Amino acid sequence: MSRRPSFTPKIVTANHLGVGDVVYLSASGEWVRDLSQAELIEDEAHAQLRLLEAEARLHEVVGPYLADAAKGPTGPIPTHFREAFRASGPSNRPDHRRAPPAPATPKPIMTHREAEVEGAL
Amino acid sequence: MYQYNDFDRAFLAERTAQFRAQVARRLDGSLTEEEFRPLRLMNGVYLQLHAYMFRVAIPYGTLRSEQMRGLAYVAEKWDRGYGHFTTRQNIQFNWPKLVDIPDMMDHLETVGIHAIQTSGNTIRNVTADHFAGAAADEIADPRPIAELLRQWSTDHGEFQFLPRKFKIGITGSPNDRAVTRSHDIGLRMVERDGEPGFEVMVGGGLGRTPLIGKTIRDFLPKADLLPYIEAILAAYNAAGRRDNKFKARLKITVLENGLEAFRDAVEAEFPARRAAFSGADQQVLAAIEAQFAPPEFRGGDAAAYEAARAADPVFRAWADTNLTAHRRADHAIVTVSLKAHGATPGDCSATQMRALADLADAHGYGELRISHEQNVVIPHVPRDALPALHAVLKEHGLATANIGLASDIIACPGMDYCTLATARSIPVAQAIALTLEEREAEVGPLKIKISGCINACGHHHVGHIGILGLDRAGVENYQITLGGDHTERAAIGERTGPGFPADRIVPAVERLIDAYLELREGADEPFIDTYRRLGMAPFKAALYDQGNVSDAA
Ligand code: HEM
Ligand code: SF4
Repeated sequence: MSRRPSFTPKIVTANHLGVGDVVYLSASGEWVRDLSQAELIEDEAHAQLRLLEAEARLHEVVGPYLADAAKGPTGPIPTHFREAFRASGPSNRPDHRRAPPAPATPKPIMTHREAEVEGAL
Repeated sequence: MYQYNDFDRAFLAERTAQFRAQVARRLDGSLTEEEFRPLRLMNGVYLQLHAYMFRVAIPYGTLRSEQMRGLAYVAEKWDRGYGHFTTRQNIQFNWPKLVDIPDMMDHLETVGIHAIQTSGNTIRNVTADHFAGAAADEIADPRPIAELLRQWSTDHGEFQFLPRKFKIGITGSPNDRAVTRSHDIGLRMVERDGEPGFEVMVGGGLGRTPLIGKTIRDFLPKADLLPYIEAILAAYNAAGRRDNKFKARLKITVLENGLEAFRDAVEAEFPARRAAFSGADQQVLAAIEAQFAPPEFRGGDAAAYEAARAADPVFRAWADTNLTAHRRADHAIVTVSLKAHGATPGDCSATQMRALADLADAHGYGELRISHEQNVVIPHVPRDALPALHAVLKEHGLATANIGLASDIIACPGMDYCTLATARSIPVAQAIALTLEEREAEVGPLKIKISGCINACGHHHVGHIGILGLDRAGVENYQITLGGDHTERAAIGERTGPGFPADRIVPAVERLIDAYLELREGADEPFIDTYRRLGMAPFKAALYDQGNVSDAA
């Protein structure tokens, strides 16, 4: 048997049907809003199974899919900036954030003055 | 201005009742998302990254004060107290709950606004010159025609399932403020031997294949407009590609078949269409035109305006950038900037909406407009009322004096909201505006336009400086284009070269500005003219030479 290619860990995520906000599937099968409480799936077959289960719950959520994630200190963390924005909310309106910027969130885009202060120029 | 009649109201009430039932059936699980999605899209309801989004059309960008209050009410009651005005003269609410959207629709219907055909493969909101009916350079107000098109296209049985979305833009002025050549059909009012008519352009569009519209008829008599447009739609409906979403827009149909062949198909269709209309549309148009009669202008005392200008430098700076010539010398067109430095372009709070509605009532005959550049326009203001109006704008953070300057940026929602985005867009606009704030008056007229993916909702192709955010191997990367033009000299910008990472895009734009200031022949040569005179080379050097190469990725 050939060795399986390495599998990037996954989470199951979707948007809540009624509200539209981002939800994640937890290990106990609940839809949770906090990424760190999502189930980090490290096995491909299990990931497909969990996705199928999520797809059977289309009266609860819209568009479930598997997203790449990594193991963080307190639960899964995003690896791509799109998932980071989904986890934390729009960056232009701090008042509409739902969580502090997740790991993998790109840095704020700096003005000239901020860049000078940071020594980035 | 156009008022809904009983038929319009009954139609909308029924449509909302239908949608309410569809939402209920989706929520209880009897409709799948697959079944529901096209239904919600037909009613302007999207699902974005963090929430549903409800897109409401502001037909030809025209609003009465009570309609603006209606938007404010909806924003406060069912959303988070603000709305986002877009380049297509729509307003988007970013946070509605699905179950509330039918109530939002019902409320908007009471002030004569709806969301039908703000999505889907239909004829979308007809956009128009935001100075229509007020501009000094106008041949005639294009909005009655736009309203005729709206009535004709809304729920038009033949055109509900086009190969792809379909956008029409119209201007009544030789100076094109409606980017008509970026639309599937662009209409520019012209006169020939005293007879009113239109130059008709087809096949414009931005997105992944940006194309400037081509003239299919240089003079179409006004009375032939609807049948001719119907002929264009019919020819497109038959020939447009349904096999490939990316080749389905009219621009590709025209490109692949050639303008001549497409024109032949339209002309072949035209006689039968014209015969079928038998003049009924002209009667409707006459009734609509009566509703667009200009307000009863009162005289405005220019002396009071001049005195305020002389006395108050802040007022003067604002007047110099934010006023445009009205067709009456004693009035002015006021553009209210929704681009305070560091703010999200196009966002407007409910409080600001109400303040604008009150100002329109107090000084502007109750009329408002939304521009494709994501600003609000008060189209008719007597000059002597301008100081008082300016004072109220200041109280509401609406007096930014930057119209047409570097910080008057169009930016699409980008990665902060949009599911299709490949990079952030709004934060780039915010950082550029803050960075250039102090010297933008010196820099002068400049259009910076930013999109968060190749769909080009932020019009980057027609920006003097266009910025396109992409995802390169999981990292944001920003491509720059130069030399785009959104006016009657419409042009698609040219790529400078490799893109820049997020922390290098603002300094890159600054280098372009530095280069321009050095190269221009004087303060009266705007950026775009310097670029046209000298071409890409010196700007490219400013971006990539001087040890800056490492900036690009
Ligand atoms: C839910 C968010 C949005 C989605 C999903 C979306 C989707 C798209 C897509 C797929 C295209 C490309 C069409 C094509 O090339 O055939 C496009 C084009 C365009 N959109 Fe959006 N858009 C969104 C928001 C906006 C906003 C906020 C604006 C105004 C600021 C806007 C204005 C435009 C314009 C002007 C174009 C280019 C003109 C054209 O060729 O059609 N869109 N949009
Ligand atoms: S250009 Fe792309 S990112 Fe921006 S709103 Fe349009 S689809 Fe979304």
